[in-house]
Amino acid sequence: MHDIPDIADRRGALCVIGAGASGLAAIKNLREHGFAVDCYERETSVGGAWNWRHDRSPVYASTHLISSRPLTEFPDFPMPDTWPDYPHHSQVLTYLERYARHFGLGEHIWFGTEVVSTVPVGDGRWDVTTRSTGGGASRVQRYAGVVVANGHNWAPARPEIPGAFRGEVMHAAAYKDPAQLRGRKVLIIGGGNTGCDLAVEAAQQAGTVWHSTRRGYWYTPKFLFGRPADQVNARLLRWRLPLRLRQWLYRRTLRLTTGDLTRYGLPPPDHRPFESHPVVNSQLAYYLGHGRITPVPDVLSFDGGAVELTDGRRIEPDLVITATGYRPTFDFLAPELIDTDADGRPDLHLHAFARKHPTLAVAGLLQADAGLFPLVHWQTVAIARWLRLRTTDPVRAAAVQQKEAARPARSWSRRRVVPTRRHWFEVDHVRYLRAVESLLREMEAA
Amino acid sequence: MNPEVLRFDDWTSPVPPVQREVLSRLPEGGGEQPPVLFVPGLGHGAWAFEAHWLGHTAERGFPAYALTPRERGDLRAHVHDVIQVAAGLPRQTVLVGHGTGALVVAYALGRYPARAAVLSAPVLDGWAAFAAALLANPFGTLPALVGGRLRVSRRQLFSAALPAAEADAHRARVVARPRRELITHGRPPKPVGDPPTLVIGTPDDRVVPRTSLDRTAVRYGGAPLLFPGMGHDLMLDAGWAEPIEAILDWLTKELSGTAA
Repeated sequence: MHDIPDIADRRGALCVIGAGASGLAAIKNLREHGFAVDCYERETSVGGAWNWRHDRSPVYASTHLISSRPLTEFPDFPMPDTWPDYPHHSQVLTYLERYARHFGLGEHIWFGTEVVSTVPVGDGRWDVTTRSTGGGASRVQRYAGVVVANGHNWAPARPEIPGAFRGEVMHAAAYKDPAQLRGRKVLIIGGGNTGCDLAVEAAQQAGTVWHSTRRGYWYTPKFLFGRPADQVNARLLRWRLPLRLRQWLYRRTLRLTTGDLTRYGLPPPDHRPFESHPVVNSQLAYYLGHGRITPVPDVLSFDGGAVELTDGRRIEPDLVITATGYRPTFDFLAPELIDTDADGRPDLHLHAFARKHPTLAVAGLLQADAGLFPLVHWQTVAIARWLRLRTTDPVRAAAVQQKEAARPARSWSRRRVVPTRRHWFEVDHVRYLRAVESLLREMEAA
Repeated sequence: MNPEVLRFDDWTSPVPPVQREVLSRLPEGGGEQPPVLFVPGLGHGAWAFEAHWLGHTAERGFPAYALTPRERGDLRAHVHDVIQVAAGLPRQTVLVGHGTGALVVAYALGRYPARAAVLSAPVLDGWAAFAAALLANPFGTLPALVGGRLRVSRRQLFSAALPAAEADAHRARVVARPRRELITHGRPPKPVGDPPTLVIGTPDDRVVPRTSLDRTAVRYGGAPLLFPGMGHDLMLDAGWAEPIEAILDWLTKELSGTAA
């Protein structure tokens, strides 16, 4: 049983884990910088979270982007300009499939193959153990570096609600189709983007809808002044307006458009605008105003057929959907490799580079106020340049590393964010991109 | 030169979509070669490549496409059009730009990792081209300064070897309204993905002076491939077969070199 399998040395090749959007960008950009790449993907096709055929995909029938097309597409492979401002998830999948085909990425991906462990063996090299998802023997290969792109929206984080519930409880990840809601009495727990989308969906389909949120959020409409709201916001960022002024403008704009949501019974936000990932939803206020959604506070406990709320009310839904987010999960990595703390939060430079292992990086572990693809593109370009520089000019690489170690975290992460798991990886896309840009400049081929 | 990371122009006011004219000739039975996208210069359209080069490229096994960039579009819109079409093709695309189309391609290369690129009689140095045009055809050029139409003479585009009737038929289709930015634009960005790039031209070009051609070639890491005796419009002039043969030979060599 304990015979050690032969280790196949892949020499200068790099290993990419996952073939979702982040993994695909990693393969493309690493190859563009001259690396051989082996990518392992447990599913049998590309697209990761955006591929609704995948078991672990969180998308449901009506999922649309919440950031507009120009702020969502890969900078070097634009989406067709005839697509809508906020494309549907099936279009995003088509886009990723076309990206993979266009750059010939498929031939570097091993589908149906799971990474079991990734172990450093010294000198910056890694032994990666893989196994076919269909079972069978495992295989160990040695790589010059590992880029982890396994996504962070697939392992549901379920709230612990005391008591037993007679009705049905599901995590938002299991919600796929409006038929699951039709005519039922539904309680949606969670005030994030998914929670609000589901509350709206339930308002259109279900009999009765309660929406439980713990705190007040800022709800940005999808369109402002006839344009996608993120494009309007980008204009303010371009002018480098100070945060306080942007917050003031944001409040004014919301007051003039959406108006005051507390009169429907929503709690007022407990933080300033731009201090948390925005909730982008135009329809929540609309359905609140139609009485189709009843806002309720946090859930205290289950009690047979009823749900007890923190304000003492009891409601009797027959379906509870917990839109309480996902937990970043790296089963194949020892927690200390990415400096994971007791809560399970990894600590990475730029949310990407492992601090003690220069040849280990994580791509796409970000929550931004814009689409992820552009960020992950420049992240993986930076990873590729960094790994290239390490091999071609170790002296300069060491200098870059030293300089980066001195880059304060507040220069690229949010200064003040709401301290919950949902906001761990939150970045301001412009600040973050400026930081990555300056890193790219440092590594510019001399 | 750094890649353009912060793209506020695109984030705040994306280029509006238009219906684009794309002509194509596809090789029989598909094949493995990457698509080649031809981008015409000022006043020309996809028709300029349809005449000879498109068919010839397809015969050599490459899916061949030619784009007419939008009318009245600025440089940014034309670059957008080229990248939209290139990214819409199934494989990583080879970009071939002619004249000011080469300028558009040079800019597109800063954003789209082309499989390879060819700059043919490139007008990357607007001042030199403007001076050459003034010298060769002052009365046709001056109106363009005040927003009028740029008129080109037969000798500016073609050699004497092309029958006059044919040359005039082509010339009649050229409707050129140059924009100031063809002269005032900055330095084109560094290409992303480091594509192999070929610069071709002719020493007898009355649009692109030899010095400016050499300068462009040096920027893209080599010497220009020259076709003496031909006029500026390499794809329409009498000897059109020679440059396209050379381009495709070079391309075949580059593609096989990196595939190993």
